[in-house]
Order: sequence, then structure tokens, then C-alpha cells
Amino acid sequence: MQGRSCGLCGQTRFAEARLVAAPKTRRHVSGRNSRCITRAAASGPKLMWEALREAVDEEMEKDPTVCVMGEDVGHYGGSYKVTYDLYKKYGDLRLLDTPICENGFMGMGIGAAMTGLRPIVEGMNMGFLLLAYNQISNNAGMLHYTSGGQFKVPIVVRGPGGVGRQLGAEHSQRLESYFQSIPGVQLVACSTVANAKALLKSAIRSDNPIIFFEHVLLYNVKGETNDNYYQDLERAEVVRQGKDVTILCYSRMRYVVLQAVQELEKQGIDPEVIDLISLKPFDMHTISASVKKTRRVIIVEECMKTGGIGASLSAQINEALFDDLDHQVVRLSSQDVPTAYAYELEAATIVQPEQVVEAAQKIVQKQMAYA
Amino acid sequence: MDFPGGKAMDAVFYDSQRQGRFSFYMTSGGEEATAVGTAAALQPEDVIFSQYREHGVLLHRGFTLQEFAHQCFGNKHEPGKGRQMPIHYGSKALNFHTVSAPLATQLPHAVGAAYALKLQGVKACTAAYFGEGAASEGDFHAAANFASTLGAPVLFICRNNGYAISTPATEQYKGDGIAGRGASYGMASTRVDGGDARAVYAATAEARQIAVAGGCPVLIEAMSYRSGHHSTSDDSSRYRTADEMRRWRARDPVERMQKWMTHQGWWDEEQEKELRQSSRKQVVEALQIAQKEDKPPLSCMFTDVYADLPWHLKEQQAEVADFVRRHPEMLPAGMPNDL
Repeated sequence: MQGRSCGLCGQTRFAEARLVAAPKTRRHVSGRNSRCITRAAASGPKLMWEALREAVDEEMEKDPTVCVMGEDVGHYGGSYKVTYDLYKKYGDLRLLDTPICENGFMGMGIGAAMTGLRPIVEGMNMGFLLLAYNQISNNAGMLHYTSGGQFKVPIVVRGPGGVGRQLGAEHSQRLESYFQSIPGVQLVACSTVANAKALLKSAIRSDNPIIFFEHVLLYNVKGETNDNYYQDLERAEVVRQGKDVTILCYSRMRYVVLQAVQELEKQGIDPEVIDLISLKPFDMHTISASVKKTRRVIIVEECMKTGGIGASLSAQINEALFDDLDHQVVRLSSQDVPTAYAYELEAATIVQPEQVVEAAQKIVQKQMAYA
Repeated sequence: MDFPGGKAMDAVFYDSQRQGRFSFYMTSGGEEATAVGTAAALQPEDVIFSQYREHGVLLHRGFTLQEFAHQCFGNKHEPGKGRQMPIHYGSKALNFHTVSAPLATQLPHAVGAAYALKLQGVKACTAAYFGEGAASEGDFHAAANFASTLGAPVLFICRNNGYAISTPATEQYKGDGIAGRGASYGMASTRVDGGDARAVYAATAEARQIAVAGGCPVLIEAMSYRSGHHSTSDDSSRYRTADEMRRWRARDPVERMQKWMTHQGWWDEEQEKELRQSSRKQVVEALQIAQKEDKPPLSCMFTDVYADLPWHLKEQQAEVADFVRRHPEMLPAGMPNDL
């Protein structure tokens, strides 16, 4: 397989063709396809990490109570550069480098949040936040409630998750499904340069504890942002309007789906693509409008089959929209296995565009067979 | 008043739990001097994070016996809105954080709060209470390391009361107690007689000065004895001897303070008797009033989970309202239905 060199870090990437194609696809779709809903750009194109950095910078500038804490967030600028050089502007105390203890700095962020600050706590990898689960669940999620509303926890927990490029099982985890049950936390997943910045700004402003999922492979995606725009944390994005099938996805799977869409269009299949954005609570308003129109649903996720975001979404759709469905909800998820290091095994574990194409063909053809 | 008030409350509330009036209680007998002595040396702007056996601190801050009773019954008057179990108090007005049950999680919170005070330029400290057993938890080490490394003005106040439920301190650690750990984190540390209120006060006052002036943490290990059971779910006679308990109760901190004050000529038997009786009377009255009060309304089940009510909670709330409409007998007595 031909390798391509990444312009930013020099790393040779193999199946990068797929990922690099994705943003072009999106611009192609937004430019030519009037059914696609995207926003007009207000500034030059930038990388996703730069957009996230802008969000942090803008909010820190506006509000002195916003601060960042985590490992290597200060002088090092963050492992994915989201806080690059911000310490020069705001000082070492507001870009706080902590010793290594996820439960420690999570607890610290919670205590600071209850004492008037708006901390952004960075997990170097979402998987490491398993160590912080106790603080996230028992305290971030619960203290506003158990204190009778006396103490609030306006914290943003952010970091890269998802399957990367051969990073091995411990560095390839999808924590969104693990956190989903926790009462009191809100879950948001960004996917584009535009929504990354706009959602992070909203998350920082929110009084709720928000777990903000970035994806390890999307930091170098290029796109436009909108100035001063705060995106609704609880609203899904209709990426492409269509009538044949509703495809629900989030984070990097948005690009996988859009790649499949290119092929499906050639076959005359017209999918509606919705990026969930809000993983808790789900935007059932947008989702049900779509399902009522298409009557067929495919969920495309990177989570495991068992207990994934798709599992809980499927149940909700079943209960709320049973009479509007012509087919059972189809879930395309990762296998219930730790993500292997070997390239081929890793690729086989997660959902590929070909699988999305096949699932859409099947679901639409079955309908056509009855028509 | 903190001392006899606390003792009376412990006695009456413990018995109330036994009588089935509320589900759970924890006494702090034998540790009153640690609680009140430290609290007296703190300022109102100092933020307090407790474990669960620090009623004396909250009493000293100004939480009334009536408010304690309201919390134990989880009625509509308590600021926690009936959501936390008994003795898991919290009062924003008194700068005392709501108790969170998992051990030691409050220690990193205290570090974060101290960091917030520092960032906001407030000249105060945070005080975090914990037992010698809780000090085995990872969060203790994280908090100690973070506070020292990052320069957070935290008073880590350890109540070494000899037991973690049935685990004696000799089985909890092998080093020189909790104070012995401070040096390894680069933290000023001291060990004090937790049964001597004046010693505890002096140590805390000094520690506070160091913490606030230096922007750094200080560790205080107060040695005392847990005179009562771990909680109403425990019977400590199963793991310790009556003789041991008798010897320690003879050194009860409240009696020691009483004897010292009498010796100074500031107190006498008559006043003691009167104060104990009036305290007990107040507690019993508070209990009776609290028991009669309504519980928080049904809507309180769903509020404060988030800042506002998201659609999925509105839906779940509607389901509950509908269920109660069809089965009104399922609604507990004393719980108003405002849905």
C-alpha cells in the first residue's frame, strides 16, 4: 500500500487517502449539493486543533474564570496542541500543568468549578479518563444534585478518543458509551472544524459538566470556522438531506459515512445523513423528523456493539418511532474486541465505508422489493 | 455550646435511627476537640471539605441543631433538598461543601478550591478533613502531591481515630502514621493530641498562617479515638474490647475541656448540668419539629440534575406524574405532588 507523508508531523500514513478525501468531499457536497446544510465561513481555513485552540483562547480572554488543567497543557502546549503557547498569554497558573494523576486533576477541576472557576480539564487520551471515572461519576455528575443546587460544576472534560492509527488497545478506546449512563453529565462530540470551535465555546459557557469528545485522527482536518458563533450543544446537524434512509453518525464516522454517500449517490440512493453532535441527550427532535421521512435507520458508530451509543439510540428510536419504521434499526459498530495494533486487524474492527454502502443498499432494496 | 450540643445531638439522633425515624447516622464521639478546635482556628472565608465525621465543624460555623435535624429527615427545609443521606450535610452559606460519600474524593476538590482562591486573589485557605483509613485512598496521595507541587493553600486535617470501621490503624499503614507522609511530599506536617481542643486550635492557627502566607499545603494529624461505632450499621464490640473503649472514653475531649475550664474557675458542675439538659431539650425539640415537616416535592427528583430540565428528563418526569395520577396511594405520605 502506498504511504503518504503527513505534512505536519512527517509521519507516513497509509490509508490516509480515506481521511484526506473526507474534507474535500464535504466541501464538494456543500458547494454543489443544495440539500446539504453548512454555514458560510467567516475566516480562512484552519486545522481542527487550531480551531479548538481559538475557542479556548477566546473564552479565556472573555472570562478570567476560565482555566485549563491537565498534563502538558502549559509549556508543552498540549499533546495535540490545543493549548499551544496559550501560557505565554495567560500565565502558568491559568494553563496549569499537573502531575500525573487523572483522578487527582479531575477532582481538582471539580473543586475549582465549585469555587467559581470554569475549568477545562484535558485528558491526554480519553482512555486515561477511566482513572478519573470516580470523580466524573460520583462528583461531577452528582454534586449539583446532591447539594440541592448549592454547588455547580461548570467543567469541560475534553480530549482525544476513538481509534487512531495503530495505537493499540489502551489508546483506542471509545469512552462515550462508558460515560453515557452517568446522571448529570452532558456528552458532546465534535466532528468538523466549524462545530469543534463553536461547540467548545458553548461547552465552556455551559453550567453543566460536559464531556467533550474530540477524535485523535481529526486534529489535522482543515476547514472554516465562524466568528463568535456558539453552537447549540443539544442539536444534531443535518449534514445531507435525503429521503431513502437516515444514517446517524458522529465524530470520525461522519467522514466514513460521507465517503459511502459518494458511492450511494452513484447507485441512485438518496441518504439523509445526521451527525448526532449531542450524545447525551440525543436530539430526538431532529432524529424523529428524519425517521418519519425515510422510515429506515442505520446507526454508524465507532463504539463497540455491546452497550455502545448505538445501542442506547436504537432503543430510543424503537420506543419513540416504532410505527414510523419499515425496517429494524441497523447498527454498524465496532466488534466487541480490544482494538489490535496490527493495521489490518484495526481496520477490520472499525466500520469502513464499504459496510455503510452495503447496509444502505440492503435496507433500501428490501423496501423496494416490497414496493 | 458546640461540645454539649454535638454530644446531645449524637446521643439523640443515634437513638432516633434505632427507633426507625431515619435510615442512618454517624456519631463523632471522642473527636469533638478535633472538629471544634480546627474550626475555631479557621476564618469564615476558608472553604471546608469534610469526610462525614465533622459535625462539630459545621456546628461551629453556625449550622443550627434544627438544620441538622432537617437534613437527617431530608425534609423540605434542608438545603440539599432531601437528596443526600443523613449526616451528608452541605451549606454554601457557611462555606461547607456537601459531603460526598466516596472516601477521599474531597481531597483533590480542596486542592482545586484552593487553586481557585489563589487564581481569584482571595487570601484564604481550604481545609480538607479525612480519616486515617481514607488516607490510604489514591486521592489522598494525588491531593497531597498536587497541593505541594502546585502550591495550593490547603490544610489537610487527618482525624486519626484508630479505626476504619473494623480495621485498626496498625493494619491501615506501616509507616509513621499520616503525618510521617507529609515530608515525602515536601509538606510541613505536624501531629497533635486530637483530644486536646486547645492544642488542636494552636496547631491549626499556625498551619493556617503558613498555608495562606506561603500559598502551600500543611498536614495536621490529630490523634484521637472513635468512641462510638463506625455508624448505625456497625457494632464495634465485635472487634474491640470493652476495656479499650472504657479507657479511651475516660479521656473524652469534651470532659477534658470541661475539667480544664472548671479548673480555671470559668465553669462549674451546675452550669455543666444545665447546659447538657438544655442542649438535649433543644435537640429533641428540633427532632420533633423536623419529623413533622413535609418532604421536598416530587419535582425535586428531577431538578438540579442539570442547570435546566432537558427533554429526556421532562419525559421521565411526565411518566412519573402520570403513574402517580393513576396510583395516588404510591405517593409517600408527606411528599407534596407538584407535578
